[in-house]
Amino acid sequence: MDLVVDGVKCGGCIGAIERGLTKERSIRSARVNLANKRLRVEWDDTLLKPDEILQKLEAIGYPAFPFVNNDSASREKAEERFLLRCLGVAAFGMMNIMLLSVSVWSGNDSNMSPEFRDFFHWISALIALPVVAYSGRPFFRSALKAIRGGAMNMDVPITLGVLLAVVMSVVETWQHAEHAYFDSAVMLLLFLLAGRLLDQQMRRRTRDAASNLQAMQADTACKLLPDGQVRELPVSDIAIGDLVLVRPGDRVPVDGRVETGTSQVDQSLVTGETVYATLASGDAVYAGSINVSDTLQVRVTAAGTGTLLGEIKQLLQTALEQRSSYVTLADKAARLYAPLVHATALLSFLGWMLAGAGWQTSLLTAITVLIITCPCALGLAVPAVQVVASGAMFRASVIMNGGDTLERLANVDHVVFDKTGTLTLPDGRLANRSECDEATLQLAGALAAASKHPLAKAVAEAAQAKTPATVREFPGRGVEAVIAGEPARLGSAEFCDAADEFAAAAHTYPEASLIGLRHGSLVKVFAVEQALRSDAADVVAAFRRLGLGVEIISGDREATVRAIALQLGDVPFRSAAKPADKIARLHALKAAGHRVLMVGDGLNDAPALAAADVSLSPITAAHLAQAHADAVFLGSSLMPVLNAVLIARKARRLMLQNLWFSVIYNFVAVPLAIAGLATPLIAAAAMSGSSLTVTLNSLRARNVGSVDCGARPSAKALKQSAAP
Amino acid sequence: MNILLYLIPLALCLGLAGLLAFLWSLHTRQFEDLEGAGWRAISDDDLDTER
Repeated sequence: MDLVVDGVKCGGCIGAIERGLTKERSIRSARVNLANKRLRVEWDDTLLKPDEILQKLEAIGYPAFPFVNNDSASREKAEERFLLRCLGVAAFGMMNIMLLSVSVWSGNDSNMSPEFRDFFHWISALIALPVVAYSGRPFFRSALKAIRGGAMNMDVPITLGVLLAVVMSVVETWQHAEHAYFDSAVMLLLFLLAGRLLDQQMRRRTRDAASNLQAMQADTACKLLPDGQVRELPVSDIAIGDLVLVRPGDRVPVDGRVETGTSQVDQSLVTGETVYATLASGDAVYAGSINVSDTLQVRVTAAGTGTLLGEIKQLLQTALEQRSSYVTLADKAARLYAPLVHATALLSFLGWMLAGAGWQTSLLTAITVLIITCPCALGLAVPAVQVVASGAMFRASVIMNGGDTLERLANVDHVVFDKTGTLTLPDGRLANRSECDEATLQLAGALAAASKHPLAKAVAEAAQAKTPATVREFPGRGVEAVIAGEPARLGSAEFCDAADEFAAAAHTYPEASLIGLRHGSLVKVFAVEQALRSDAADVVAAFRRLGLGVEIISGDREATVRAIALQLGDVPFRSAAKPADKIARLHALKAAGHRVLMVGDGLNDAPALAAADVSLSPITAAHLAQAHADAVFLGSSLMPVLNAVLIARKARRLMLQNLWFSVIYNFVAVPLAIAGLATPLIAAAAMSGSSLTVTLNSLRARNVGSVDCGARPSAKALKQSAAP
Repeated sequence: MNILLYLIPLALCLGLAGLLAFLWSLHTRQFEDLEGAGWRAISDDDLDTER
């Protein structure tokens, strides 16, 4: 069984987990993989159930989540190993051939006998031929596929260059010529394989992180068995027709119909509406909404992957179909580059023929041009930057789902935010904290800490209460405890007998949800409202400074959205937008030539996330929304959204720089080759030089977090720390 | 120059040995978890079990 383990950071954790588990006799082996935070356990399933292993890990202090390996993941792993093997073989060939080549080069300048030179060339050929045949396969395959499909990719000129270099060198060696290009061919393969491997590793790493997240968020549901027992099961084990218990404070794990019970339900994730809906027997509930006040029994109508509104599903499908396939920078470069290179080679062949050189010399020159222009640095230009930038993204708490996310993010010129859960925090905040005295707040906090109710959680958070009072729970009404000889109650208006105070508070805070406290004659009403993420205004302002358009589209009521938009600095907004309206707005923006970044978290945002050019979701988002976002960001701050765009922009700049550098290098090297002056030594020096330069330049993407985006907040932090 | 008759095959054999070692380590999955391997090297677990 494979598990994703939360919180493994160092060698100490490895030891603790592996020793802790293998103490159990029925567990045969346990091995932690620190690189992807996973654990593989083998055990005797006649003696131990999977749940017990999870419980054991929880007891050791590392909560774990079962993880299902899928086919594509293992295929990618095999592909990566294959590339590594090719790289190893190429490195071996490259080193040995270089040993011989350096001797030949220095021998050509002193007085090496032609027989010795031929001998060295033949040994080089002996090494190079099998090495190229083995290590070149990734490129040969992809080039063949491209040509068969009538397309052009970077692998076509690579394959052509490498094969021609080897064939020409064999012919030259046969004719006792001075130059052979075995070293160039193998060196080319080595650098290109390195680039390919980096690319592959980055893809796998982002995919690993994404599937880890998925596994960690797998929900459980409480199934009500016919004999009245309750069992907590993974949602995947819940079938249609089952009866599920949803307690107050729980997220509804399935779609279904209320069988018994009446409760207030927060459906903001589904509809965007922040006012609680009251559901009774027979009403439909949707996965992702939060049960607020009372226990519900729900008859399941759809579970697991089927938990969707039909309308949203349909919209999603069409949105995905309409999403145009993005042409990556590397592909664009390849499309321009390949014909250009082939034309240059052809022209230099024709030129030499016209100038009267024999066809053999002309062919030689043309092939040298192909070898020199073979896109060595070009192959590293993009993946090297991607690897470094995705590292920077990880540090900025952004996890990307795909490889081209970076490039699409860099092109964005308009940002659309959803309100609920995106600009605002998913949990509520106490609005009238300043009106409460500390003793009252502490009393309420102690009561609230004992409850799972979302409103109570906000109160407990505000009071920073850690020690819950011993309470009696009245489901759907509140909690009661005896404090200082008198009963203290926290809950609804009737429960606290405070209808007048509630009415007054509702007038002052029309947007907020209310919860009351009664202790003897003391009555206090707490208003809980949605809080903006602390840096939302800063982020919006920063986006505007960067020249990006910002707007809000929300499914919520106009008054609520207007208030938020004003707080953020008069941001244009659309309220009461249905999923279809959101898509329509995105299409209108796209039609106007904008490239749109959508940031959203709700089920109702999922189609819009799929329809936008690129999309981001907070980690608290509904699963469906996360699945259709290009990247997920962690934490309660909105800063990662800004950082993601900044990192992507810097990465794109560096990619372009690298591509231009490769072009400039060709500008210098190609005339030499056309003139027939290029020797294998020049080719080798230019190739390794350009590849090194490109790689070093890519490392600069690492600094973006601390330089560009860190500057503003840290300057502010400096001011604050200097003030007192 | 006769020494080359020994040195070149020797160089090739050493290189080949390195390559085989790499392929072996790849085959035994030593490249699966590069971070963890670093920590395991300095862990004292193996000493505890002997005691």
